[in-house]
Amino acid sequence: MSEEFKVEIVNPEKSFLVKEDVTEVVVPAFEGEMGILKDHISIISFLKPGIIKILSKSGDENYYVEDGIVEFKNNNLSILTSTIFNLSDIDKSKQQDLLKQAEEEANKTDINDQSKYLADQKVDVLKTLN
Amino acid sequence: MASLDDLKKRIASVKSTQKITKAMKMVAAAKLRRAQESAEKGRPYSEKMNNVILNLSNGISDKENAPKLLSGTGQEKTHLCVVMTSDRGLCGGFNSNIIKKAKIYFAKILDERKDLKIITVGSKGNDQLKRVYGDKIIENISFKESKNANYFDADKVGKIVIEKFEAGEFDVCTIFYNQFKNVITQIPQAQQIIPLNNEGEESSSEESYEFEPDEDEILSNLLPKNISTQIFKAMLENSASEQGSRMSAMDNATRNAGEMVDKLTIEYNRSRQAAITKELIEIISGAESL
Repeated sequence: MSEEFKVEIVNPEKSFLVKEDVTEVVVPAFEGEMGILKDHISIISFLKPGIIKILSKSGDENYYVEDGIVEFKNNNLSILTSTIFNLSDIDKSKQQDLLKQAEEEANKTDINDQSKYLADQKVDVLKTLN
Repeated sequence: MASLDDLKKRIASVKSTQKITKAMKMVAAAKLRRAQESAEKGRPYSEKMNNVILNLSNGISDKENAPKLLSGTGQEKTHLCVVMTSDRGLCGGFNSNIIKKAKIYFAKILDERKDLKIITVGSKGNDQLKRVYGDKIIENISFKESKNANYFDADKVGKIVIEKFEAGEFDVCTIFYNQFKNVITQIPQAQQIIPLNNEGEESSSEESYEFEPDEDEILSNLLPKNISTQIFKAMLENSASEQGSRMSAMDNATRNAGEMVDKLTIEYNRSRQAAITKELIEIISGAESL
């Protein structure tokens, strides 16, 4: 029996990625990282800043996301996100830019705890990309 | 009858107008392709988002305490209308169609003695509405600098709407935009985004979901995003419609200018011929009388 399922990543501008031969996806869900395999129970959750790992026969891919929603149903995984980058496309300067933005956001004093937490997460994740 | 010189000048001026409209048509056609593409690419996101929310709201057990963005404030006193138009003119009936649709809705609300508040997106809508509904317009947003519709702009509008909702400034929010069907047909739409109107739509499955964290928290996170998404969708549809509308308007203008040039040319030739004939008659009758 095949152990593959379909993953689809869409952002507001376009359908970002469609892959049919995925064996496992690790998403940074709000309450911790979550690995999704075939025949996972239907689930809806949202994402915090982090790395999406997509493991497939044709090679592994890593994406950096800042937010989003993930829905898994009938072996279809949909990820809706507004900010996503392929890690291999992020070079040093791009990463520095994002980090600077995130740090600025985290240092704002007039934001509530949740956005502060999310901004801190962003900073942490971006730092580990080095 | 106009003199030959006047006719010549008119022909020249109509011809140069035709050149301009032709160029505008070409530009609109090029832009339309891009706008149409991004409108089509943007559809999966809003569809998926709608689906998720539909599934979520069906899964919610406690309807009474559902987030207000979903269920509404429980009354329908103040209506907020977001009228989305373009920033540029010369696009046929594009803006007027939206305005017409919106005005009918406004009249209905005012008839029912409810409060009306308007946010205009795009300067053309503001221009047309401010004379009659000037005191109702609470905000005017324009994205003249942005070349293409982008999510960042939509998010800005969405944030303003949500902010006002949370401040209790309105109960129902409707957006007006043109849905792109094809180059000649754009359908003005009124879409209610707060409270979310899911009636008549059945969830695709009875399957129950696992939620992490719980439904309420996901919903309260998702609903604001959905507002921005819907506005973004409207912006994409709008920009495709605007270009399509401009293209067909400019196409018509070019054709009309061509017809006008033909008519003027015939008139010019006739009067030239008449002048020649007149001169000949004068010469001949002058020679005969000798």
